[in-house]
Amino acid sequence: MIRAISFPFRKGRSFLALSVMALLSVAASAHAAETIVLTGSSTVAPLMAEIGKRFEETHPNLRIDVQTGGSSRGVRDARAGLADIGMVSRPLTDSERDLTAFTLAYDGVAFILHKSNPVKTLTRQQIIDIFTGKVRDWSEIGPGRGTIVVENKAEGRSTLELFLTHFDIKSSDVKAAVVVGDNQEAIKVIAGNPLAIGYVSIGSAVTEAGLGVPIKPLPMDGVEATIDAVKQKRFPLVRELNLVVRKQPEGVVKEFIAYAQSDQVTDLVKDLYYVPVGH
Amino acid sequence: MFQSVIDSPRRHGVIDVRLRRTLWGVAGLASSIIAVVVAVVATEALPALRGVELPRFLNDPSWHPTNQRYNLAPMIAGTFLVAGGAVALGTLFGFLSAIFCCFYAPPRLAGLYRGVMELLAGIPSVILGLWGLTTLVPIVAAIKAPGFSVLSATLVLGLMIVPTIGLVAIASLQSVPRSLILGAEALGLPKWLTVVRIAFPAARSGLIASVVLGIGRALGETMAVMMVGGNIVQVPESLFAPVRTLAANIALEIPYAEGLHRSSLFVSGLFLTLVILVVLCIAEWLGPEPIHD
Repeated sequence: MIRAISFPFRKGRSFLALSVMALLSVAASAHAAETIVLTGSSTVAPLMAEIGKRFEETHPNLRIDVQTGGSSRGVRDARAGLADIGMVSRPLTDSERDLTAFTLAYDGVAFILHKSNPVKTLTRQQIIDIFTGKVRDWSEIGPGRGTIVVENKAEGRSTLELFLTHFDIKSSDVKAAVVVGDNQEAIKVIAGNPLAIGYVSIGSAVTEAGLGVPIKPLPMDGVEATIDAVKQKRFPLVRELNLVVRKQPEGVVKEFIAYAQSDQVTDLVKDLYYVPVGH
Repeated sequence: MFQSVIDSPRRHGVIDVRLRRTLWGVAGLASSIIAVVVAVVATEALPALRGVELPRFLNDPSWHPTNQRYNLAPMIAGTFLVAGGAVALGTLFGFLSAIFCCFYAPPRLAGLYRGVMELLAGIPSVILGLWGLTTLVPIVAAIKAPGFSVLSATLVLGLMIVPTIGLVAIASLQSVPRSLILGAEALGLPKWLTVVRIAFPAARSGLIASVVLGIGRALGETMAVMMVGGNIVQVPESLFAPVRTLAANIALEIPYAEGLHRSSLFVSGLFLTLVILVVLCIAEWLGPEPIHD
């Protein structure tokens, strides 16, 4: 699902897509369409591509152009005026105070186990030991026994990035038995393996667990993994998904940012398992 | 009715001309789409081919493309290992199934068995992958953890290839002229000799085609292998070690890949395409003409 959604924002990347776009946009360009350019985080990009599509429906002469390149590109392009809006999947740092951030949503990451796993909680050090291969059997942790099946995410995934930064681990130090792509695959693997441990977006974990999938999100530092904990930023592994601009937005850009923060796109935010602001 | 067609040779000719043009057009379109696909893959691969020296794709310390390490070798090995095992399994059981259907099974059972194979061929790979994930992987894990392994991937992929190879093999064995089989029977040859020495050589090109199709599917299959293989980038030490194939690597990483990372995934795609091309050429060279022509 995420994969299917994530392709459209690559328009203009490949030759084929480019030519198709060129054909499609002939009609629009005759009208000298206005374009809003967004660049930056690949975590935010799929969401903005979907929001952009919906916004375009009500603004026939407007084109929303979404390009990825990481949060740092988002900051750089917004500063240099190369993009109207930068996409940044973290809070702005002190040196970035010249920009203004508008928070779209929160993304939290929780560790999940199979429901039948007797382990109730893991410390920061235990998680690091498990994922770097220092601890290989559940019997070394506490209740339960059997070889731990460590599930990691593929390179480039935002949850991997957040996990590595939070625990200060290098990607090459992770000793995994399984690598998966998106959250749903990750959940399928855990649901099918009582000895496995993995991590996913909290939104997806809560949703799937609610549907009866046999997984169990673990609390972190004593905070339960819930949507509310993410929203209130009490959960340790949370980050903001932001749109950043250099100066106070005006006109259609302002309208678009307000739209992206509004109730009208809550369903799109939830489709990507992010937690909407406020509601 | 036939009479009227023959009576108007001019009209007949017009239809022929139109049909020929249409077919030329369709064939041209189909082959140019393939050319465009290859061209796009090559174009996308170009930045990595320029920015990373070719040998580095084989002897970089690891595959960590976000840290400028681009070693594809473990995944190339994994691809050939899994595909090779699956094709061996698929050929064995595919050919055996075909022999059973064409020579040993009573006609009704043969029809039923063929139906089952057609059904198996039609099952989407993600469903087979799901079956592998929930059933096969735990069984393998019971022998040796973690269960996501070369073995699981090979078995699932082999299962997918059995009908691919079997159905084409059945079709080619059935096209062996009846006179050859009857002649062999008249000479009093035992059935197995008829199969091995008469039917197989006569159906050679079709049988080779079936294996080539199987190889193509094995090299390109993504979803099922990705679900049961474990996708760890390493040269597997045993049948029970996890493995990542090139196709799985592309599917896993392309949605969020940037720059040279993305481009190097297209390099592996280009490589897969070339391998399949080479396989096709070898097949063409091995099985030029059916013997019974």
